[in-house]
Amino acid sequence: MEKPVSISVNNLSRKFGTHLAVKNISFEIQAGEIVGFLGPNGAGKSTTMRILGGLLSAHTGSATVCGLSVAEDSLAVKRKIGFMQENNPLPDELRVNEYLRLRAELKEVPQEDISTEVRRVMDLCDLFRTARRKIIGTLSKGFKQRVGIADALIGAPEVIIFDEPTIGLDPHQIQGIRKLIDSLRGKHTVLISSHVLSEIEKICDRVIILNNGHLVAMGTKAELKEAFITEHKLSVDLTGEVNALLEHWRSLKLDFEVLEEQNKGNDSYELILKLPAETLDIEPFINTVNPLNRLENCRIQGIHIIEPDLEAIFLAATTRSWDEVRLKEV
Amino acid sequence: MRHLLTLVRHEIRLLLISPTVYIASVIFLILMGFIYWAILREMTLAPQDISANAQFFGLFWLPVFFLVPLLTMRSIAAEKSRSTLESLFSTPVPKFSIILSKYLSAYLLYITLWALTLYFPIITQSLFPETISNNNLVDPAGMLGGIIFIALSGLLFIAIGIFASSLTRSQLVAAMLCFTLLLIACIGSQQLEYATFNYLSPGSFLYGLIEYINIYSHLEDFSLGIIDTRPFVFYFSSAYLFLSLAVNNIESKL
Repeated sequence: MEKPVSISVNNLSRKFGTHLAVKNISFEIQAGEIVGFLGPNGAGKSTTMRILGGLLSAHTGSATVCGLSVAEDSLAVKRKIGFMQENNPLPDELRVNEYLRLRAELKEVPQEDISTEVRRVMDLCDLFRTARRKIIGTLSKGFKQRVGIADALIGAPEVIIFDEPTIGLDPHQIQGIRKLIDSLRGKHTVLISSHVLSEIEKICDRVIILNNGHLVAMGTKAELKEAFITEHKLSVDLTGEVNALLEHWRSLKLDFEVLEEQNKGNDSYELILKLPAETLDIEPFINTVNPLNRLENCRIQGIHIIEPDLEAIFLAATTRSWDEVRLKEV
Repeated sequence: MRHLLTLVRHEIRLLLISPTVYIASVIFLILMGFIYWAILREMTLAPQDISANAQFFGLFWLPVFFLVPLLTMRSIAAEKSRSTLESLFSTPVPKFSIILSKYLSAYLLYITLWALTLYFPIITQSLFPETISNNNLVDPAGMLGGIIFIALSGLLFIAIGIFASSLTRSQLVAAMLCFTLLLIACIGSQQLEYATFNYLSPGSFLYGLIEYINIYSHLEDFSLGIIDTRPFVFYFSSAYLFLSLAVNNIESKL
């Protein structure tokens, strides 16, 4: 059974002066999904998130959250959303528990449930034991991010928007926040933007990629790989003379490009090869350069296909969109 | 309404932990105490036509020029510069309630400080009962009229301060803007009446309008214990106007 649509965006556009920050983007997110929102700086991610959060108005198009129009029913939408903004603005002079209590009151958590709710989100974000009575201004960046996340979780909103929740955090803290967001899967709809693509890859069900205000890609990693990755990369470990091996392959009329040659010491090397887009099936290539095919002065120790990660997909998608823009301009 | 009370409580807490507020309060009370003492000294040197209370409230503009900017400059400007205002806007609270909470908290503090000055005549009377028993320093009608005028005019002054704070991210610029707008409201309206006094006939609409917006003319009535309802309309409506402008200004930047 198909899940209900939680966020729906139709032909949304937003201008700042003469600059069109978001250009006719449309997408849908189903309830319970964790969706990554990616794009280079200035792509329009934060603008779109702020429109969904009711902080900005769109110039054209429409957006609905849980079936409610963001433009027409802004306060009702805000009751459904927990929003952690980019840079996570917090009042430095308040204590963590004071701030979260205030936010719970403003988010209309029933008076009798406020203490329980604040305790719940502090436990989730590991704030209760360590930081509940600390003044926010004295907290480390990691703890401040946790306070921002705890704020977004207050009242168990149906939709949670995280705009760069891991910015400025160390790997341990990033891992902690990843686990926390992962625990929201199925219970909340989560839209998360981040530049840490490895984290997005691990936690998100789907990815939406924006570039220059346009939506350039949307789908699961496998779908995006199919759409954007047109070339294969191979890693070849070998010992001996690299040039001799390359000459041998060229004499076999193999079409490839050496992207990287790394000397690992003791006469062993790693070659990163790129195969052309037309090479749909790389098995024949691998069979041709089979490690068993030994040369006199060179031996292949191993070959493996480099699976494209989200970073490769992201780069391919954004580069293609830039190329398309350039083509239009020409 | 529930949000408003929550926010007002929060804003008052923020004001009470702000050093600026304590500095403003101390300067205000010292200055007003000094002014009251100077008025009393004048009264001991020569007979005065105007009561001590009327003279005291007649100098309302002096503390207003520094107290209002100090109480209001951080209200929106500081939140804008830290982006915490947007954080408030992400909650299901109407924008007008957010601005109104800042206004009400600053206004309550303003009135509280002025209310403390009501102790000046009471303290003086209790310290020197024999010396000033005939002067009747504690004049209930004059004091009530004076404090009602302060409360009414404060509605406009604090609204001007909130509006100035909504125009910028810098607290300093907000304070300077507020000072300038207060100067126009207090001195400008009086000077306008002086400038047009000889050219307008007393019964004309323009004369009535200029007199209506002259804050000093309201003070004269109130300090005599005359409660006129027309200034109520003026101060409530002008305060509402400035608060609406502040909300519009913030909304236009979103």
